[in-house]
Amino acid sequence: MPKNVNKIQHFLFLYVILYLYLIIHILIRNSCSLINSFILEFDAENLNLLAASSREATAISIENPNNKPKKQRRVTGATQKEDDDDLLGNGDSDKTELLVGQKKSAPFWTFEYYQTFFDVDTNQVLDRIKGSIVPWPGKNFVRLYIRSNPDLYGPFWICATLVFAIAISGNISKFLAHFGKPSKHYVPEFHKVTIAATAIYSYAWLVPLALWGFLLWRNTKVMNIVSYSFLEIVCVYGYSLFVYIPAAVLWIIPNEPVRWISIVVAMCLSGSVLVLTFWPAVRDDHHRIAIATMSTIVAFHVLLAVGCKEYFFDAQDTTQTPETVASLTGNKTLPTAKAS
Amino acid sequence: MAEADESNKPLFAGLADVSISEDIPVEGQITVPVGPPAQDDEYSTLDEPVKDTILRDLKAVGKKFVHVMYPKKSSALLRDWDLWGPLLLCVTLALMLQGGAADKKDDGGPQFAEVFVIIWFGSVVITLNSKLLGGTISFFQSLCVLGYCILPLTVAMIICRLVLLGGTGTVSFIVRLIMVVASFSWSTFASTAFLADSQPPNRKALVVYPIFLFYFVIGWMVLTFSPSPTAGP
Repeated sequence: MPKNVNKIQHFLFLYVILYLYLIIHILIRNSCSLINSFILEFDAENLNLLAASSREATAISIENPNNKPKKQRRVTGATQKEDDDDLLGNGDSDKTELLVGQKKSAPFWTFEYYQTFFDVDTNQVLDRIKGSIVPWPGKNFVRLYIRSNPDLYGPFWICATLVFAIAISGNISKFLAHFGKPSKHYVPEFHKVTIAATAIYSYAWLVPLALWGFLLWRNTKVMNIVSYSFLEIVCVYGYSLFVYIPAAVLWIIPNEPVRWISIVVAMCLSGSVLVLTFWPAVRDDHHRIAIATMSTIVAFHVLLAVGCKEYFFDAQDTTQTPETVASLTGNKTLPTAKAS
Repeated sequence: MAEADESNKPLFAGLADVSISEDIPVEGQITVPVGPPAQDDEYSTLDEPVKDTILRDLKAVGKKFVHVMYPKKSSALLRDWDLWGPLLLCVTLALMLQGGAADKKDDGGPQFAEVFVIIWFGSVVITLNSKLLGGTISFFQSLCVLGYCILPLTVAMIICRLVLLGGTGTVSFIVRLIMVVASFSWSTFASTAFLADSQPPNRKALVVYPIFLFYFVIGWMVLTFSPSPTAGP
């Protein structure tokens, strides 16, 4: 009986946290529009400079603030220097911040308000997933793919898939490690699902909250050119977790070097996407603070991956590999003898 | 107009005395249907024997089971939704996943409450997801369909337990694996057949994927079920 209560408490705790996040997010969004108007005043000069330098780019950005024309964005991004790209992104981001506020103007207690967070098509989700795996040095994930239409579908379901992928792979690897040995009776460790869910959902929602709060605070001190909304940060983090799903499947292989190679590759890919996304937002700040922020982001990312691997996939199982293989081929009668 | 008002005023003025004067012609037909009253069911179901009530509900549930096992595009599941079937299936599945090893300390299988929460909370989340993506299905209809489509996995669970009585070797594992994979794909296919029409066409994959994940996890729980090694004290 106490064991049951503990697990239900885990679930309740998790969903209380999600509920609290929602309340905080709504409160902060409502107060954020004030800050956005301040930023817009300061950046009116930037917009004028932009208009002077490249008329057609500005024309494009003004004409299509709400569309998601990825091709147009790619063309403008490729023909300009990186600075102009960021400025262009900035002008758009401020306009679209306001427009986002206008678009999602349904009151938060109606269903339509939440429907605006799921306004994506299948091909858009697939494009965003592809963009999160391939870090392209000139292109910014948020500018290119999210483009003022952050969604909650990707982060939520990628986290859910990752939770189950890690739990199932952990169970499979433990099962394979103990396959030949008659001593240990295999039990599916279901409580690992709860632990995995808590860890991954906290990472995917609390770290963006902290990062967003930090960036907001720095915005009041130093006028940063690029600013992201909370949902865009959640989106980036959620999609960047996608690469761990194939990595978790690869962790079933009981070979220790394979596991470490896959985890390093996954960390590099998604870590570089995160770094490329957030570097424009902090590079105008003091040098040390920028470096500290980037290293914190990377450190949390590494911590999540390595922590999951160490907790769910015991390294000691892989040292038994030669005996396990021998017993696999040799003693098939042992498991049946165990049952009788 | 003024004269009409004046002639109307005495009518409206004295509301206590509601009488229609002869100037205003009243025409029309009022017919009362004679014969056995049409809406008899509403009060007569209290009078019928309990056996009839229960059998009627059971027949409805059984009819829906047949619809799930042979999924065609019929609207019976959606029109007359009920949650008895899903409750029955969920409780059966959760009970059968217990393994009878409740006293053992290292029993790692899912507890009854965990299975219950996963099935019901998972169904609610998937329904919310499809509604948020712009689906036109109602909340309880979707819960009903998702719950009823657990039936193939429950059947697979029963067969797995029977197979496990015969031994836990590799052969039985392969048989169970095939059974679970077949029933999980059947569940996904059946629920997609019922639910896919109510989704906008460019988001069908986004709605189907969570359903796939849901039945995959339930199939995983069925497959990894292992009974306690010792049969008795």
